[in-house]
Amino acid sequence: MKRLILASWVIARRDFVAVIFSKSFIFFLLGPFFPILIGLAAGGVGSQVAKDINQPIIAIVMAQPETGALITAHHALADQLGSSSMPILEPLADRDRDDAGVSQLLNQGNGGKNYIGVLSGSLDHPHFTATSADIQRWQGTVRLILQHARDGQAKSVLLTLTNVKASDGARNTSRLVTAQLSQMILFLLTMLLAGMVLSNLVEEKTNKIIEILAASVPIDAIFLGKLFAMLGMAFIGISVWFGAGAMAVLMTGAHLPVLATPAVGWPLFFVLAIAYFNMAYLLLGSLFLGIGGMASSVREVQTLSMPVTMAQLLFFFLASFAVTKTGEPIEIFAVLFPFSSPFAMLARAAQEVALWPHVLALLWQVMWTGLIIRIGARLFRRNVLKSGRMRARRRGVLARLFKRNRPV
Amino acid sequence: MTVETSAPTADPSTASLGDLAIDARGLVKNFDDFRAVDGVDLQVRTGSIFGILGPNGAGKTTILRMLLGIIEPDLGRRIILGSENPLKVAQHVGYLPEERGLYPGMKAFEAIAFMGALRGLPLKEGRRRARSLMEEQGLGYAMERQIRQLSKGMAQTVQLLGTIVHQPRLIVLDEPFSGLDALNQQKLERMIRAQADAGVTVIFSTHVIAHAERLCEEIAIIAGGKVPFHGKVETARDRLRPQVRLETRDLDGPWRAALPVGTLPDGHYWHFTLPDIGVEPLLRALIEGNAGILSLSIERPGLHDAFVAIAGEAAAAELARERDEKIL
Repeated sequence: MKRLILASWVIARRDFVAVIFSKSFIFFLLGPFFPILIGLAAGGVGSQVAKDINQPIIAIVMAQPETGALITAHHALADQLGSSSMPILEPLADRDRDDAGVSQLLNQGNGGKNYIGVLSGSLDHPHFTATSADIQRWQGTVRLILQHARDGQAKSVLLTLTNVKASDGARNTSRLVTAQLSQMILFLLTMLLAGMVLSNLVEEKTNKIIEILAASVPIDAIFLGKLFAMLGMAFIGISVWFGAGAMAVLMTGAHLPVLATPAVGWPLFFVLAIAYFNMAYLLLGSLFLGIGGMASSVREVQTLSMPVTMAQLLFFFLASFAVTKTGEPIEIFAVLFPFSSPFAMLARAAQEVALWPHVLALLWQVMWTGLIIRIGARLFRRNVLKSGRMRARRRGVLARLFKRNRPV
Repeated sequence: MTVETSAPTADPSTASLGDLAIDARGLVKNFDDFRAVDGVDLQVRTGSIFGILGPNGAGKTTILRMLLGIIEPDLGRRIILGSENPLKVAQHVGYLPEERGLYPGMKAFEAIAFMGALRGLPLKEGRRRARSLMEEQGLGYAMERQIRQLSKGMAQTVQLLGTIVHQPRLIVLDEPFSGLDALNQQKLERMIRAQADAGVTVIFSTHVIAHAERLCEEIAIIAGGKVPFHGKVETARDRLRPQVRLETRDLDGPWRAALPVGTLPDGHYWHFTLPDIGVEPLLRALIEGNAGILSLSIERPGLHDAFVAIAGEAAAAELARERDEKIL
């Protein structure tokens, strides 16, 4: 065991230094910022578009006093219900009062006002003209405004407000949000980082260094060393990204949404989140390393990366589906299935107080990591480290993965 | 050319198990339907230089990889430096694979130190030794260069230094001379001798017989995954009878009875294997028969001849093809 750890350390140190001091590592660190920048830009444009779409204008074609009453009622209701849930009312001249004029208002073409409807007639006999979809959507609001315009200022009902610190309903719903969000972050980080392990043995194979490594140290140590080197690199990346995020928040004074405190409390939740990230990374990484080890070229690795990403998504969907079903068979399956286990258990940490399941789950996941590394190493030794006239070289990756040596 | 028929055996009786750096028995390795190694026995004495000779595809690399534990034999067992698990004694073994490989982005001295670290040498000590070894080889100026910036020969030397940096007790070199120019080949021969002088066991594979002839005390000839010969270089040579080249004034006479049956003249020259009767009776018969000897030479066969004869016609053809390719 000591020799295995020492050998892993030698491999890990070499890989870690090689990655950290490579020029491409800068791009790796900057990588996640590009989609954030694009997302911010797209979000800004999108929100403006959404604002335009969600703030429809209704033309008012009524007599001046009635129009004034409608505007007053609209302001009063907007104060109470929020302006975003109300349409904009725009008074128009009398000349548009007839049916032809109303129809023309709604179909002005490019450069027009884009009215979604016209409210005409009088307060006693109002007439709302719009498409059937807009009528269905806005008739209630229009009726409310008309009613308030007819009755004068809306009477405010005295509502006594009493605050309680929490309720079961609120707490469970909020913790569910915490669980889902933490699960999503864990998945994104694992997907971004663990997939990189897939191509980790290609360098050794193309440079023929694998012969020297295999003659010097156990293959398990090569796998373990590579996994931990990449895990170290992942932690540097995460530190940089979260550090940059924290700085951005501090500098801009932006308010982050406040999440409900997880069931196990924030400090322990963070510890468990780090532990489950490690396990998710090692479990998926060891699987990908084993699969990638079978690939003989970068092209094969690229071909494999898509199904591997799909598999990751499946594991995540399984855990995500089970997040609201704590204790049910599907959730227990997600907890026991090694590749979804870290995600499912992190969600549990947000929702359940008990700690012993985490101890068991972590042990379970460590055991599976060891097992997958061992299987990957055996497959690698059997199917890749061969010399002589290997027919297997002409075979596909899957054929090599499942091929057996014929007994003598 | 004739080969004495005797069972192709190693002679472990000459060395006790304690004297053996490598003791392999009945190694078998199959790749699908192809039997690459077929019941190989190898015994290598501690402190000796041992050559594995054979044409390409004979199974040399597979044997070495099995000895090192890179691949497991399907049958048979091997004891390396007293251990049945080669990886357990990996810190005492140095290995230069046939397909050379180094991390291209590593500095030369770091690459050597890394290879030492793989064998359990502390990195700091590895770096110190790497610098010292590179200075000794006149490569001090290239110490800080990345591997990708080195010439092929220099990179090969760096890898060789990485093979010995941890001061192993057993060095395994797979085709170490391939790709080296004549000067570097000579340098490598000197290094191998120096290691053996220091008590290190060196085993190397080659298909260039001259290197084995100059360096090795013992050899194994591999052909078709088997070992038709295992023993001293002298013994391999002795398997072939000396060749006689005779020039006579006359082409016929009673002296011709002393020549092997079926020997035909090539002008006034006669080429034949020295008969069982030996040199003196042959000479006497020629003189007394008044053959008129103009010249006579008896040539002792070299290892190359022995190899060609032992490995067989197919191996010889393969070797000739390779030689032709090399010349081209």
